[in-house]
Amino acid sequence: MSTLILADHDNQTLGAATLVAVTAAMKLGGDVHVLVAGSGSGAVADAAAKVPGVDKVLHADDAAYAHALAENVAPLIDGLMSNYDNLLAPATTTGKNVLPRVAARLDVQQISEIISINDDGSFDRPTYAGNAIATVKSSDAKKVITVRGTAFEKAETEGGSAAIEAISGAGDSGTSSFVSSEIAESERPELTSAGIIVSGGRALQSGENFEKYIEPLADKLGAAVGASRAAVDAGYVPNDYQVGQTGKIVAPEIYIAIGISGAIQHLAGMKDSKTIIAINKDEDAPIFSVADYGLVADLYEAVPELTGKI
Amino acid sequence: MKILVPVKRVIDYNVKPRVKADQSGVDLANVKMSMNPFDEIAVEEAVRLKEAGTAAEIVVVSIGEQKAQETLRTGLAMGADRGILVVSENMPEPLAVAKILAKIAEEESPDLVILGKQAIDDDSNQVGQMLAALLGWAQGTFASKVEVAGDKVNVTREVDGGLETLALSTPAIITTDLRLNEPRYASLPNIMKAKKKPIDEKTPADYGVDTAPRLEVVKVTEPPKRQAGEIVPDVDTLVAKLKELGAVA
Repeated sequence: MSTLILADHDNQTLGAATLVAVTAAMKLGGDVHVLVAGSGSGAVADAAAKVPGVDKVLHADDAAYAHALAENVAPLIDGLMSNYDNLLAPATTTGKNVLPRVAARLDVQQISEIISINDDGSFDRPTYAGNAIATVKSSDAKKVITVRGTAFEKAETEGGSAAIEAISGAGDSGTSSFVSSEIAESERPELTSAGIIVSGGRALQSGENFEKYIEPLADKLGAAVGASRAAVDAGYVPNDYQVGQTGKIVAPEIYIAIGISGAIQHLAGMKDSKTIIAINKDEDAPIFSVADYGLVADLYEAVPELTGKI
Repeated sequence: MKILVPVKRVIDYNVKPRVKADQSGVDLANVKMSMNPFDEIAVEEAVRLKEAGTAAEIVVVSIGEQKAQETLRTGLAMGADRGILVVSENMPEPLAVAKILAKIAEEESPDLVILGKQAIDDDSNQVGQMLAALLGWAQGTFASKVEVAGDKVNVTREVDGGLETLALSTPAIITTDLRLNEPRYASLPNIMKAKKKPIDEKTPADYGVDTAPRLEVVKVTEPPKRQAGEIVPDVDTLVAKLKELGAVA
Protein backbone atom coordinates (compact mmCIF):
# COMPACT_ATOMS: atom_id res chain seq x y z
CA MET A 1 0.00 0.00 0.00
CA SER A 2 1.29 3.45 -0.87
CA THR A 3 -0.24 6.89 -0.98
CA LEU A 4 0.64 10.05 -2.88
CA ILE A 5 -0.54 13.36 -1.43
CA LEU A 6 -0.87 16.50 -3.53
CA ALA A 7 0.47 19.26 -1.28
CA ASP A 8 -1.48 22.50 -0.96
CA HIS A 9 0.85 25.51 -0.89
CA ASP A 10 1.53 29.00 -2.22
CA ASN A 11 5.14 28.29 -3.31
CA GLN A 12 6.36 29.75 0.01
CA THR A 13 4.69 27.81 2.81
CA LEU A 14 3.11 24.39 3.09
CA GLY A 15 -0.65 24.79 3.57
CA ALA A 16 -1.85 23.53 6.96
CA ALA A 17 -4.58 21.48 5.25
CA THR A 18 -1.83 19.28 3.78
CA LEU A 19 -0.98 18.14 7.33
CA VAL A 20 -4.52 16.82 7.69
CA ALA A 21 -4.11 14.78 4.50
CA VAL A 22 -0.87 13.32 5.91
CA THR A 23 -2.75 12.07 8.99
CA ALA A 24 -5.43 10.51 6.77
CA ALA A 25 -2.75 8.88 4.58
CA MET A 26 -1.03 7.40 7.64
CA LYS A 27 -4.36 5.90 8.65
CA LEU A 28 -4.54 4.15 5.26
CA GLY A 29 -1.14 2.58 6.01
CA GLY A 30 1.94 2.02 3.88
CA ASP A 31 4.33 4.54 2.38
CA VAL A 32 3.29 8.20 2.32
CA HIS A 33 4.80 10.39 -0.38
CA VAL A 34 4.04 14.08 -0.87
CA LEU A 35 4.08 15.79 -4.26
CA VAL A 36 5.07 19.44 -4.21
CA ALA A 37 4.36 20.85 -7.66
CA GLY A 38 5.20 24.53 -7.92
CA SER A 39 7.70 27.11 -8.99
CA GLY A 40 10.44 28.37 -6.68
CA SER A 41 8.85 26.09 -4.12
CA GLY A 42 11.97 24.64 -2.47
CA ALA A 43 10.94 25.86 0.98
CA VAL A 44 7.65 23.98 0.64
CA ALA A 45 9.44 20.74 -0.26
CA ASP A 46 11.77 21.23 2.74
CA ALA A 47 8.79 21.79 5.03
CA ALA A 48 7.01 18.70 3.69
CA ALA A 49 10.15 16.60 4.28
CA LYS A 50 10.10 17.55 7.98
CA VAL A 51 6.56 16.26 8.55
CA PRO A 52 6.73 13.03 10.57
CA GLY A 53 5.05 10.22 8.66
CA VAL A 54 6.13 11.44 5.24
CA ASP A 55 8.50 8.91 3.65
CA LYS A 56 9.46 10.84 0.53
CA VAL A 57 8.83 14.21 -1.11
CA LEU A 58 8.56 14.46 -4.89
CA HIS A 59 9.42 17.98 -5.95
CA ALA A 60 8.37 19.17 -9.42
CA ASP A 61 9.63 22.73 -9.79
CA ASP A 62 8.62 24.31 -13.08
CA ALA A 63 7.04 27.64 -14.09
CA ALA A 64 4.14 25.58 -15.49
CA TYR A 65 3.21 24.50 -11.94
CA ALA A 66 3.44 27.95 -10.33
CA HIS A 67 -0.32 28.46 -10.06
CA ALA A 68 -1.37 24.82 -9.78
CA LEU A 69 -3.26 24.93 -13.09
CA ALA A 70 -5.23 21.69 -13.30
CA GLU A 71 -4.40 21.27 -16.99
CA ASN A 72 -0.68 21.13 -16.15
CA VAL A 73 -0.67 19.42 -12.74
CA ALA A 74 -3.11 16.58 -13.55
CA PRO A 75 -0.90 14.96 -16.25
CA LEU A 76 2.08 15.19 -13.88
CA ILE A 77 0.14 13.26 -11.23
CA ASP A 78 -1.26 10.56 -13.45
CA GLY A 79 2.23 9.91 -14.75
CA LEU A 80 3.19 9.08 -11.15
CA MET A 81 0.11 7.09 -10.17
CA SER A 82 1.36 3.77 -11.61
CA ASN A 83 3.47 3.60 -8.42
CA TYR A 84 0.67 4.35 -5.94
CA ASP A 85 -2.57 2.83 -4.67
CA ASN A 86 -4.10 6.04 -3.34
CA LEU A 87 -4.07 9.70 -4.25
CA LEU A 88 -5.06 12.17 -1.55
CA ALA A 89 -5.40 15.92 -1.39
CA PRO A 90 -6.89 18.24 1.18
CA ALA A 91 -10.33 19.50 0.08
CA THR A 92 -9.08 23.03 -0.57
CA THR A 93 -9.98 24.86 -3.77
CA THR A 94 -6.77 23.49 -5.33
CA GLY A 95 -7.46 19.91 -4.26
CA LYS A 96 -11.05 20.14 -5.47
CA ASN A 97 -9.94 21.62 -8.78
CA VAL A 98 -7.18 19.15 -9.62
CA LEU A 99 -8.15 15.77 -8.18
CA PRO A 100 -11.34 15.04 -10.18
CA ARG A 101 -9.34 15.81 -13.32
CA VAL A 102 -6.81 13.15 -12.32
CA ALA A 103 -9.55 10.70 -11.25
CA ALA A 104 -11.23 10.85 -14.67
CA ARG A 105 -7.90 10.36 -16.43
CA LEU A 106 -7.34 7.26 -14.26
CA ASP A 107 -10.97 6.14 -14.78
CA VAL A 108 -11.64 6.25 -11.04
CA GLN A 109 -14.75 7.50 -9.21
CA GLN A 110 -13.34 10.04 -6.73
CA ILE A 111 -14.48 10.09 -3.10
CA SER A 112 -14.92 13.74 -2.07
CA GLU A 113 -14.34 15.32 1.37
CA ILE A 114 -14.02 12.22 3.53
CA ILE A 115 -14.44 12.75 7.27
CA SER A 116 -13.36 9.30 8.42
CA ILE A 117 -11.61 6.13 7.33
CA ASN A 118 -13.25 2.98 8.69
CA ASP A 119 -11.59 -0.33 9.55
CA ASP A 120 -13.46 -2.19 6.79
CA GLY A 121 -11.94 0.06 4.11
CA SER A 122 -15.03 2.24 3.79
CA PHE A 123 -15.09 6.02 4.04
CA ASP A 124 -17.61 8.40 5.58
CA ARG A 125 -18.49 11.57 3.74
CA PRO A 126 -21.13 14.22 4.36
CA THR A 127 -23.84 14.74 1.74
CA TYR A 128 -26.92 16.98 1.54
CA ALA A 129 -25.10 19.90 3.19
CA GLY A 130 -23.99 17.70 6.07
CA ASN A 131 -27.52 16.44 6.81
CA ALA A 132 -26.68 12.85 5.83
CA ILE A 133 -23.42 10.94 6.25
CA ALA A 134 -22.82 8.41 3.47
CA THR A 135 -20.54 5.45 4.17
CA VAL A 136 -19.07 4.31 0.85
CA LYS A 137 -16.75 1.56 -0.31
CA SER A 138 -14.83 1.89 -3.55
CA SER A 139 -14.43 -0.94 -6.04
CA ASP A 140 -11.80 0.98 -8.02
CA ALA A 141 -8.26 -0.41 -8.09
CA LYS A 142 -6.85 2.98 -7.13
CA LYS A 143 -8.55 5.42 -4.82
CA VAL A 144 -8.67 9.17 -5.40
CA ILE A 145 -9.80 11.00 -2.29
CA THR A 146 -10.13 14.56 -1.00
CA VAL A 147 -9.94 14.98 2.77
CA ARG A 148 -12.01 17.49 4.72
CA GLY A 149 -9.59 19.81 6.52
CA THR A 150 -11.41 19.74 9.84
CA ALA A 151 -11.93 15.97 10.06
CA PHE A 152 -8.46 14.72 11.03
CA GLU A 153 -5.78 16.02 13.37
CA LYS A 154 -2.93 17.89 11.73
CA ALA A 155 0.36 16.01 11.49
CA GLU A 156 3.33 17.57 13.31
CA THR A 157 5.54 19.95 11.35
CA GLU A 158 8.90 18.90 12.82
CA GLY A 159 10.68 15.62 13.42
CA GLY A 160 10.59 13.99 10.02
CA SER A 161 13.48 13.72 7.58
CA ALA A 162 12.12 12.47 4.28
CA ALA A 163 14.27 12.41 1.16
CA ILE A 164 13.43 14.99 -1.50
CA GLU A 165 13.48 13.75 -5.06
CA ALA A 166 13.38 16.25 -7.92
CA ILE A 167 11.04 15.14 -10.69
CA SER A 168 9.82 16.67 -13.91
CA GLY A 169 6.65 16.35 -15.92
CA ALA A 170 5.29 17.40 -19.27
CA GLY A 171 5.06 21.04 -18.13
CA ASP A 172 2.68 23.47 -19.79
CA SER A 173 -0.35 22.01 -21.58
CA GLY A 174 -0.86 25.32 -23.40
CA THR A 175 -4.63 25.34 -22.85
CA SER A 176 -4.77 27.70 -19.86
CA SER A 177 -2.74 30.49 -18.36
CA PHE A 178 -2.68 32.51 -15.17
CA VAL A 179 -3.68 36.17 -15.55
CA SER A 180 -3.89 37.68 -12.07
CA SER A 181 -4.95 37.14 -8.50
CA GLU A 182 -6.45 39.24 -5.75
CA ILE A 183 -5.67 37.77 -2.38
CA ALA A 184 -7.65 39.33 0.48
CA GLU A 185 -5.24 40.77 3.05
CA SER A 186 -5.70 39.79 6.64
CA GLU A 187 -3.49 39.86 9.70
CA ARG A 188 -5.95 37.69 11.59
CA PRO A 189 -5.63 33.91 11.76
CA GLU A 190 -6.67 31.97 8.68
CA LEU A 191 -10.33 30.98 8.88
CA THR A 192 -10.00 27.23 8.35
CA SER A 193 -7.23 26.79 10.93
CA ALA A 194 -8.33 29.34 13.57
CA GLY A 195 -9.05 28.21 17.14
CA ILE A 196 -11.77 30.81 17.57
CA ILE A 197 -14.02 32.31 14.90
CA VAL A 198 -16.31 35.30 15.28
CA SER A 199 -18.86 35.29 12.48
CA GLY A 200 -21.37 37.90 11.46
CA GLY A 201 -24.56 37.71 9.44
CA ARG A 202 -27.10 39.84 7.67
CA ALA A 203 -28.13 41.54 10.93
CA LEU A 204 -24.86 43.52 10.87
CA GLN A 205 -26.43 45.61 8.08
CA SER A 206 -23.16 47.03 6.68
CA GLY A 207 -19.43 46.57 6.23
CA GLU A 208 -18.86 49.45 8.66
CA ASN A 209 -20.75 47.56 11.35
CA PHE A 210 -18.53 44.51 10.72
CA GLU A 211 -15.53 46.74 11.42
CA LYS A 212 -17.20 48.35 14.41
CA TYR A 213 -18.76 45.34 16.14
CA ILE A 214 -17.28 42.05 14.86
CA GLU A 215 -13.61 42.88 14.30
CA PRO A 216 -12.83 44.36 17.76
CA LEU A 217 -14.31 41.26 19.42
CA ALA A 218 -12.35 38.99 17.08
CA ASP A 219 -9.13 40.88 17.78
CA LYS A 220 -9.62 40.66 21.54
CA LEU A 221 -10.08 36.91 21.27
CA GLY A 222 -7.32 36.43 18.68
CA ALA A 223 -10.02 35.03 16.45
CA ALA A 224 -10.60 34.83 12.71
CA VAL A 225 -13.57 36.64 11.19
CA GLY A 226 -16.21 34.69 9.29
CA ALA A 227 -19.54 35.53 7.72
CA SER A 228 -22.77 34.04 6.51
CA ARG A 229 -23.60 34.01 2.83
CA ALA A 230 -26.13 36.81 3.36
CA ALA A 231 -23.39 39.08 4.72
CA VAL A 232 -21.08 38.23 1.81
CA ASP A 233 -23.76 38.65 -0.85
CA ALA A 234 -24.68 42.02 0.65
CA GLY A 235 -21.03 43.04 0.21
CA TYR A 236 -20.24 43.56 3.91
CA VAL A 237 -17.12 41.36 3.69
CA PRO A 238 -15.15 39.57 0.91
CA ASN A 239 -16.45 36.20 -0.21
CA ASP A 240 -13.55 34.19 1.21
CA TYR A 241 -14.98 34.99 4.67
CA GLN A 242 -18.00 32.83 3.90
CA VAL A 243 -18.64 29.84 6.13
CA GLY A 244 -21.05 27.22 4.82
CA GLN A 245 -21.80 24.49 2.30
CA THR A 246 -20.62 26.73 -0.52
CA GLY A 247 -17.91 28.53 1.44
CA LYS A 248 -15.44 27.24 3.97
CA ILE A 249 -15.96 24.30 6.29
CA VAL A 250 -14.62 25.17 9.74
CA ALA A 251 -14.46 23.36 13.08
CA PRO A 252 -12.79 25.69 15.59
CA GLU A 253 -12.76 25.28 19.37
CA ILE A 254 -15.21 28.18 19.66
CA TYR A 255 -17.53 29.55 16.99
CA ILE A 256 -19.36 32.75 17.87
CA ALA A 257 -22.30 33.41 15.52
CA ILE A 258 -23.56 36.98 15.71
CA GLY A 259 -26.72 38.01 13.91
CA ILE A 260 -26.76 34.74 11.97
CA SER A 261 -30.11 32.93 11.76
CA GLY A 262 -28.54 29.53 11.08
CA ALA A 263 -29.78 28.37 7.65
CA ILE A 264 -28.86 24.75 6.87
CA GLN A 265 -26.27 25.87 4.32
CA HIS A 266 -24.50 27.86 7.04
CA LEU A 267 -24.76 25.11 9.65
CA ALA A 268 -23.15 22.73 7.12
CA GLY A 269 -19.99 24.79 7.42
CA MET A 270 -19.68 25.12 11.19
CA LYS A 271 -21.73 22.61 13.11
CA ASP A 272 -18.68 20.49 13.94
CA SER A 273 -17.24 23.36 15.97
CA LYS A 274 -16.47 22.25 19.52
CA THR A 275 -18.44 25.01 21.24
CA ILE A 276 -20.97 27.19 19.45
CA ILE A 277 -22.09 30.50 20.92
CA ALA A 278 -24.95 32.42 19.33
CA ILE A 279 -26.04 36.01 19.86
CA ASN A 280 -29.31 36.78 18.14
CA LYS A 281 -32.34 38.82 19.05
CA ASP A 282 -34.75 36.27 17.56
CA GLU A 283 -35.17 33.55 20.16
CA ASP A 284 -36.64 31.24 17.48
CA ALA A 285 -33.57 31.49 15.20
CA PRO A 286 -32.44 27.97 14.16
CA ILE A 287 -28.88 28.81 15.28
CA PHE A 288 -30.04 28.31 18.90
CA SER A 289 -30.81 24.64 18.15
CA VAL A 290 -27.08 23.94 17.66
CA ALA A 291 -25.63 26.54 20.06
CA ASP A 292 -24.08 25.42 23.34
CA TYR A 293 -24.60 28.89 24.76
CA GLY A 294 -27.14 31.31 23.41
CA LEU A 295 -27.76 34.91 24.28
CA VAL A 296 -31.05 36.42 23.12
CA ALA A 297 -30.12 40.07 22.76
CA ASP A 298 -29.67 42.96 20.36
CA LEU A 299 -26.16 42.54 18.97
CA TYR A 300 -25.63 46.30 18.85
CA GLU A 301 -25.81 46.38 22.64
CA ALA A 302 -24.54 42.92 23.57
CA VAL A 303 -21.44 42.76 21.35
CA PRO A 304 -19.81 46.03 22.54
CA GLU A 305 -20.60 45.04 26.13
CA LEU A 306 -19.01 41.62 25.55
CA THR A 307 -15.96 43.14 23.87
CA GLY A 308 -15.59 45.57 26.76
CA LYS A 309 -15.75 42.87 29.42
CA ILE A 310 -13.11 40.50 28.07
CA MET B 1 -20.88 30.14 -30.14
CA LYS B 2 -22.77 27.16 -28.83
CA ILE B 3 -23.12 26.50 -25.10
CA LEU B 4 -23.99 23.21 -23.44
CA VAL B 5 -25.45 23.44 -19.93
CA PRO B 6 -25.89 20.25 -17.89
CA VAL B 7 -28.57 20.60 -15.18
CA LYS B 8 -29.47 18.25 -12.32
CA ARG B 9 -32.79 17.64 -10.59
CA VAL B 10 -32.15 17.66 -6.85
CA ILE B 11 -34.03 18.05 -3.58
CA ASP B 12 -35.07 21.70 -3.19
CA TYR B 13 -32.44 23.55 -1.19
CA ASN B 14 -34.98 24.76 1.37
CA VAL B 15 -36.03 21.23 2.30
CA LYS B 16 -34.35 19.58 5.27
CA PRO B 17 -33.39 16.10 4.07
CA ARG B 18 -34.58 13.11 6.13
CA VAL B 19 -32.46 10.00 6.34
CA LYS B 20 -34.48 6.78 5.85
CA ALA B 21 -34.88 4.57 8.91
CA ASP B 22 -33.30 1.59 7.09
CA GLN B 23 -30.19 3.71 6.37
CA SER B 24 -30.49 3.08 2.63
CA GLY B 25 -30.49 6.75 1.71
CA VAL B 26 -32.36 10.01 1.97
CA ASP B 27 -36.15 9.89 1.65
CA LEU B 28 -37.04 11.66 -1.60
CA ALA B 29 -40.64 10.42 -1.83
CA ASN B 30 -43.06 13.37 -2.00
CA VAL B 31 -40.23 15.84 -1.44
CA LYS B 32 -40.10 19.06 -3.46
CA MET B 33 -37.44 18.80 -6.17
CA SER B 34 -35.88 21.68 -8.12
CA MET B 35 -33.00 22.53 -10.40
CA ASN B 36 -29.69 22.45 -8.53
CA PRO B 37 -29.04 26.11 -7.54
CA PHE B 38 -25.56 26.19 -9.11
CA ASP B 39 -27.05 24.90 -12.37
CA GLU B 40 -29.59 27.75 -12.43
CA ILE B 41 -26.59 30.08 -12.30
CA ALA B 42 -25.04 28.15 -15.21
CA VAL B 43 -28.20 28.50 -17.33
CA GLU B 44 -28.43 32.20 -16.44
CA GLU B 45 -24.82 32.80 -17.52
CA ALA B 46 -25.42 31.03 -20.84
CA VAL B 47 -28.59 33.06 -21.44
CA ARG B 48 -26.73 36.30 -20.67
CA LEU B 49 -24.02 35.34 -23.18
CA LYS B 50 -26.78 34.76 -25.73
CA GLU B 51 -28.42 38.09 -24.95
CA ALA B 52 -25.02 39.78 -25.38
CA GLY B 53 -24.77 38.27 -28.86
CA THR B 54 -21.87 36.01 -27.88
CA ALA B 55 -23.77 32.73 -27.91
CA ALA B 56 -26.04 31.57 -30.72
CA GLU B 57 -27.52 28.42 -29.22
CA ILE B 58 -27.94 26.96 -25.73
CA VAL B 59 -28.52 23.25 -25.23
CA VAL B 60 -29.54 22.03 -21.78
CA VAL B 61 -28.88 18.41 -20.78
CA SER B 62 -30.17 16.44 -17.83
CA ILE B 63 -29.39 12.89 -16.80
CA GLY B 64 -31.61 10.97 -14.41
CA GLU B 65 -35.17 9.80 -14.04
CA GLN B 66 -37.93 10.76 -16.50
CA LYS B 67 -39.02 13.62 -14.21
CA ALA B 68 -35.73 15.40 -14.93
CA GLN B 69 -37.69 16.60 -17.98
CA GLU B 70 -39.27 19.20 -15.65
CA THR B 71 -35.78 20.50 -14.84
CA LEU B 72 -35.02 20.79 -18.56
CA ARG B 73 -38.30 22.70 -19.09
CA THR B 74 -37.19 25.15 -16.39
CA GLY B 75 -33.93 25.69 -18.29
CA LEU B 76 -35.84 26.14 -21.55
CA ALA B 77 -38.18 28.64 -19.89
CA MET B 78 -35.14 30.61 -18.70
CA GLY B 79 -33.97 30.92 -22.31
CA ALA B 80 -32.23 27.71 -23.46
CA ASP B 81 -33.13 26.62 -27.00
CA ARG B 82 -33.45 22.85 -26.76
CA GLY B 83 -32.93 19.98 -24.39
CA ILE B 84 -31.44 16.51 -24.22
CA LEU B 85 -32.82 14.13 -21.58
CA VAL B 86 -30.75 11.05 -20.80
CA VAL B 87 -33.10 8.73 -18.91
CA SER B 88 -31.46 6.52 -16.32
CA GLU B 89 -33.31 4.77 -13.50
CA ASN B 90 -30.62 5.43 -10.96
CA MET B 91 -28.65 8.65 -10.83
CA PRO B 92 -25.22 7.76 -12.28
CA GLU B 93 -22.08 8.72 -10.33
CA PRO B 94 -20.11 11.82 -11.40
CA LEU B 95 -17.62 9.80 -13.50
CA ALA B 96 -20.43 8.17 -15.53
CA VAL B 97 -22.21 11.52 -15.86
CA ALA B 98 -18.99 13.06 -17.16
CA LYS B 99 -18.60 10.21 -19.68
CA ILE B 100 -22.15 10.72 -20.99
CA LEU B 101 -21.60 14.48 -21.20
CA ALA B 102 -18.29 13.94 -23.01
CA LYS B 103 -20.11 11.93 -25.72
CA ILE B 104 -22.77 14.62 -26.00
CA ALA B 105 -20.06 17.28 -26.25
CA GLU B 106 -18.40 15.31 -29.05
CA GLU B 107 -21.72 15.20 -30.94
CA GLU B 108 -22.72 18.79 -30.28
CA SER B 109 -19.26 20.45 -30.43
CA PRO B 110 -20.07 23.30 -28.03
CA ASP B 111 -17.56 26.10 -27.49
CA LEU B 112 -18.34 26.22 -23.78
CA VAL B 113 -19.85 23.80 -21.31
CA ILE B 114 -21.12 25.61 -18.22
CA LEU B 115 -21.94 23.48 -15.18
CA GLY B 116 -22.68 24.15 -11.53
CA LYS B 117 -19.66 23.71 -9.25
CA GLN B 118 -21.44 21.05 -7.20
CA ALA B 119 -24.82 19.44 -6.77
CA ILE B 120 -26.36 20.10 -3.36
CA ASP B 121 -27.37 16.45 -2.93
CA ASP B 122 -24.13 14.48 -3.27
CA ASP B 123 -21.87 17.54 -2.71
CA SER B 124 -19.19 15.90 -4.91
CA ASN B 125 -17.86 18.85 -6.91
CA GLN B 126 -16.40 16.58 -9.62
CA VAL B 127 -18.38 16.47 -12.88
CA GLY B 128 -17.02 19.62 -14.54
CA GLN B 129 -13.41 18.75 -13.80
CA MET B 130 -13.92 15.15 -14.96
CA LEU B 131 -15.59 16.30 -18.17
CA ALA B 132 -12.68 18.67 -18.85
CA ALA B 133 -10.26 15.76 -18.33
CA LEU B 134 -12.14 13.40 -20.65
CA LEU B 135 -12.33 16.01 -23.41
CA GLY B 136 -8.79 17.32 -22.79
CA TRP B 137 -10.21 20.86 -22.47
CA ALA B 138 -9.24 23.65 -20.10
CA GLN B 139 -11.33 24.16 -16.96
CA GLY B 140 -12.38 27.30 -15.11
CA THR B 141 -13.89 26.06 -11.87
CA PHE B 142 -15.75 28.06 -9.17
CA ALA B 143 -16.27 30.97 -11.57
CA SER B 144 -17.49 34.32 -10.28
CA LYS B 145 -16.91 36.16 -13.58
CA VAL B 146 -16.77 35.01 -17.21
CA GLU B 147 -15.56 37.15 -20.13
CA VAL B 148 -15.37 35.79 -23.64
CA ALA B 149 -12.55 37.45 -25.59
CA GLY B 150 -12.07 36.08 -29.09
CA ASP B 151 -10.96 32.46 -28.93
CA LYS B 152 -10.19 32.78 -25.21
CA VAL B 153 -12.39 32.97 -22.18
CA ASN B 154 -11.24 34.78 -19.05
CA VAL B 155 -12.59 33.21 -15.89
CA THR B 156 -12.28 34.76 -12.44
CA ARG B 157 -12.33 32.00 -9.85
CA GLU B 158 -13.21 32.03 -6.16
CA VAL B 159 -10.22 30.41 -4.48
CA ASP B 160 -9.21 30.08 -0.82
CA GLY B 161 -7.91 33.49 0.16
CA GLY B 162 -9.47 35.51 -2.64
CA LEU B 163 -9.89 35.57 -6.41
CA GLU B 164 -7.81 34.32 -9.32
CA THR B 165 -8.24 35.03 -13.03
CA LEU B 166 -7.26 32.50 -15.72
CA ALA B 167 -7.34 32.71 -19.51
CA LEU B 168 -8.63 29.51 -21.09
CA SER B 169 -8.46 28.40 -24.72
CA THR B 170 -11.86 27.42 -26.07
CA PRO B 171 -13.54 25.00 -26.13
CA ALA B 172 -13.51 25.07 -22.35
CA ILE B 173 -15.39 23.95 -19.26
CA ILE B 174 -16.68 26.43 -16.70
CA THR B 175 -18.23 25.60 -13.32
CA THR B 176 -20.25 28.28 -11.58
CA ASP B 177 -19.93 29.64 -8.08
CA LEU B 178 -22.78 31.38 -6.27
CA ARG B 179 -21.67 34.90 -7.00
CA LEU B 180 -21.46 34.57 -10.78
CA ASN B 181 -24.97 35.98 -11.23
CA GLU B 182 -28.52 36.18 -9.92
CA PRO B 183 -30.64 33.71 -11.91
CA ARG B 184 -33.88 35.04 -13.39
CA TYR B 185 -37.34 33.68 -12.78
CA ALA B 186 -39.05 32.22 -15.81
CA SER B 187 -42.07 34.30 -16.82
CA LEU B 188 -45.40 32.62 -17.50
CA PRO B 189 -45.27 33.31 -21.28
CA ASN B 190 -41.76 31.83 -21.37
CA ILE B 191 -42.92 28.78 -19.41
CA MET B 192 -45.66 28.30 -22.03
CA LYS B 193 -43.19 28.77 -24.89
CA ALA B 194 -40.77 26.31 -23.28
CA LYS B 195 -43.39 23.57 -23.65
CA LYS B 196 -42.98 23.76 -27.43
CA LYS B 197 -39.17 23.66 -27.42
CA PRO B 198 -37.73 20.28 -28.44
CA ILE B 199 -36.33 17.72 -25.97
CA ASP B 200 -34.44 14.78 -27.40
CA GLU B 201 -34.73 11.64 -25.28
CA LYS B 202 -31.78 9.26 -24.92
CA THR B 203 -30.37 6.59 -22.62
CA PRO B 204 -26.81 6.04 -21.32
CA ALA B 205 -26.64 2.99 -23.63
CA ASP B 206 -27.08 5.32 -26.65
CA TYR B 207 -23.74 6.78 -25.67
CA GLY B 208 -22.16 3.42 -24.82
CA VAL B 209 -21.61 4.43 -21.20
CA ASP B 210 -21.71 1.87 -18.41
CA THR B 211 -23.40 3.50 -15.41
CA ALA B 212 -22.71 0.69 -12.91
CA PRO B 213 -21.64 2.41 -9.66
CA ARG B 214 -18.02 2.20 -8.55
CA LEU B 215 -18.90 3.20 -5.00
CA GLU B 216 -21.06 0.93 -2.90
CA VAL B 217 -23.15 2.94 -0.44
CA VAL B 218 -22.87 0.83 2.71
CA LYS B 219 -25.24 3.04 4.66
CA VAL B 220 -26.52 6.58 5.03
CA THR B 221 -26.88 7.88 8.56
CA GLU B 222 -27.84 11.06 10.33
CA PRO B 223 -24.97 13.18 11.59
CA PRO B 224 -24.43 13.05 15.35
CA LYS B 225 -26.86 15.36 17.11
CA ARG B 226 -25.46 18.20 19.19
CA GLN B 227 -26.36 18.27 22.86
CA ALA B 228 -29.02 20.82 23.64
CA GLY B 229 -27.40 24.02 24.85
CA GLU B 230 -28.44 26.62 27.35
CA ILE B 231 -29.69 30.14 26.97
CA VAL B 232 -27.61 32.47 29.13
CA PRO B 233 -29.33 35.44 30.77
CA ASP B 234 -26.74 38.16 30.13
CA VAL B 235 -23.35 39.14 28.78
CA ASP B 236 -21.67 38.56 32.16
CA THR B 237 -22.65 34.89 32.10
CA LEU B 238 -21.33 34.63 28.55
CA VAL B 239 -18.01 36.14 29.64
CA ALA B 240 -17.86 33.59 32.48
CA LYS B 241 -18.47 30.78 29.97
CA LEU B 242 -15.70 32.10 27.71
CA LYS B 243 -13.38 32.08 30.74
CA GLU B 244 -14.35 28.47 31.51
CA LEU B 245 -13.53 27.57 27.90
CA GLY B 246 -10.14 29.23 28.24
CA ALA B 247 -10.90 31.73 25.49
CA VAL B 248 -10.20 34.67 27.77
CA ALA B 249 -7.92 35.00 30.74
